[in-house]
Amino acid sequence: MGKTLFEKVWDAHVVKQLPDGQALLYIDLHLVHEVTSPQAFAGLRFAKRSVRQPSQTFATMDHNVPTVNPTDVRDAIAKKQIETLMENCREFNVSLAGLDSPFQGIVHVIGPELGLTLPGKTIVCGDSHTSTHGAFGALAFGIGTSEVEHVLATQCLWQNKPKTMRIRLNGSLQPGITAKDVILGLIAKYGVNFGTGYVVEYAGTLISQLSMEQRMTICNMSIEFGARAGMMAPDETTIAYVKGRQHAPYGEAWEAAVSEWKSLVSDADAQFDVDIEFDVESLEPQVTWGTNPGMGGSVNGVVPDPADAATETEARAIRQALEYMGLEPGTKISEIPIQHVFIGSCTNARIEDLRLAAAIVKGRKVAEGVHAMVVPGSKQVKQQAEEEGLHEVFLAAGFEWREPGCSMCLGMNPDIIPAGERSASTSNRNFEGRQGRGARTHLVSPAMAAAAAIAGHFVDVRTFQSEGVTA
Amino acid sequence: MEPLVKHEGKVVCMNRLNVDTDQIIPKQFLKRIERDGFGEFLFYDWRYQADGTPNANFELNTARAQGATILLADENFGCGSSREHAVWALADYGFRVVIAPSFADIFFNNCFKNGVLPIVIPTDVRKELAETHANGQWERATVDLEAQVIETDCGHRIAFEVDAHKRYMLLNGLDDIGLTLQYEADIRAYEANRKAYQFVY
Repeated sequence: MGKTLFEKVWDAHVVKQLPDGQALLYIDLHLVHEVTSPQAFAGLRFAKRSVRQPSQTFATMDHNVPTVNPTDVRDAIAKKQIETLMENCREFNVSLAGLDSPFQGIVHVIGPELGLTLPGKTIVCGDSHTSTHGAFGALAFGIGTSEVEHVLATQCLWQNKPKTMRIRLNGSLQPGITAKDVILGLIAKYGVNFGTGYVVEYAGTLISQLSMEQRMTICNMSIEFGARAGMMAPDETTIAYVKGRQHAPYGEAWEAAVSEWKSLVSDADAQFDVDIEFDVESLEPQVTWGTNPGMGGSVNGVVPDPADAATETEARAIRQALEYMGLEPGTKISEIPIQHVFIGSCTNARIEDLRLAAAIVKGRKVAEGVHAMVVPGSKQVKQQAEEEGLHEVFLAAGFEWREPGCSMCLGMNPDIIPAGERSASTSNRNFEGRQGRGARTHLVSPAMAAAAAIAGHFVDVRTFQSEGVTA
Repeated sequence: MEPLVKHEGKVVCMNRLNVDTDQIIPKQFLKRIERDGFGEFLFYDWRYQADGTPNANFELNTARAQGATILLADENFGCGSSREHAVWALADYGFRVVIAPSFADIFFNNCFKNGVLPIVIPTDVRKELAETHANGQWERATVDLEAQVIETDCGHRIAFEVDAHKRYMLLNGLDDIGLTLQYEADIRAYEANRKAYQFVY
């Protein structure tokens, strides 16, 4: 029987297989950020251990970083955490893209951008959105701080082999529909834990039509339906993206790598534990109405009624979500007014996301009473956007143009939303309190966020584009 | 790490689906560089009102829940962020065992690294436990990791299974890194044969 993409990458990294089912898995790349690493480095220091492979460990700071003036960290505890990462990187000889580096940014944006993320690698980070890197055909997953310490010390992790799922995304994206709508639509259909215990391979006719940035958006949110990781087989698009990047192989090593990567596809006779198909052709722009990423649907739909739920437990979950969100059953999604727009995060802050939003915003103005901001995913994304003049488009429309970081995706820095106010956000989680205590988050694509900023409420970006709006 | 062999304690029941780690420990408490002291922030936004006073309606704030060390949770507990702070907060508050029909993967693994035992039980068993607990039929339970069985003080007896490796580590309070370093020769042999794409250039 043939092997799946996941099995090929897994098998190539097993250092030791124990009879009790545990495998010691070699980790090629360990990404580190300021929030989930201090206790891990402290553990190393306490046990007088060193970092086994500093050259395969790469750190940046993103979660806590202020986006107005990044070096002006006024929160003393956050400042201490940032300084601790700097000290730890110095002491343990780990490369750091710090606040003064032209390569600083959200860890899941800079990994691919710098050529650290490559097909076939095993990649971990103390961050659940590490699944992003699976877009390259890497096996990439989030770990806790104890495991961060374990990887620092041993460059390995003990793992039970996960089950495999294939999701065939079939069809083409209609105009105005994005990769974000695909992943939100998928989670809305199947729920927030259908992937638990699985590594998912996204296949189907859609994948080859997607850019690397769109692929990353989909893999990024694999964790939002519980999947351990999401992967896509590398193809010519992947190889073209990786080629020539700062930390990618070159010369003979490049040739050797490419020939390895060509074998990273699931064999025709490979078996998956679960195999499903999802048609993307009929997708409409998605907006979440509740407090997890599965509570969402079409912008042309209405807020659901808990009375229609299949079980009492689900009805209670919907009631609790609507109470938190301040929404009534039956309300049209397109009539929900918003006060904040956040375009950013490891899901949607890459250059294509910003281009897409800018195209909608161009020549228009942010609606009165709406606070809108763009937070590029990295210094490199910001620079590229400025070279293309996108910042001017956003600024002219009334958006704020900020410095890179995780920002309002989780509000660990000063970018938070006041209680009771509502955002259209390109981020990945609409959990209670995620963007600030009492803040109400609606997840959308960059195009939908941009359109909502102009309209002041959700609007189907497809009609919005064709009808236009006078500035 | 503190071993867990057998634990007897009071149970608190939480009937909420998909409790995410942002709820277990909100982001404003993730900035500390220490590993301890997170218990006071556990479930902060649910446990306290915006003015900082306790929310009397929250499950952990009821008189009956005081001193609980076993949490009976619901589907997909611990979903979302990988923050191990969530387990640190549960452990620091006093929880040694979390029982649920399902857990998110990263949270589940993090529990074992911190002497907290996550136990998966079938949905219908969970329902029966929650209903009888709500009726006041029982308060306490004994969790025996050696025998892999939960016993409540009204006579439920529920067998469960834990992965053999994780069970062994928890029973003995062992540190994974120490174990892994015994395989140093294997790691070195693996590293000697790596492919070009596995390196950073």
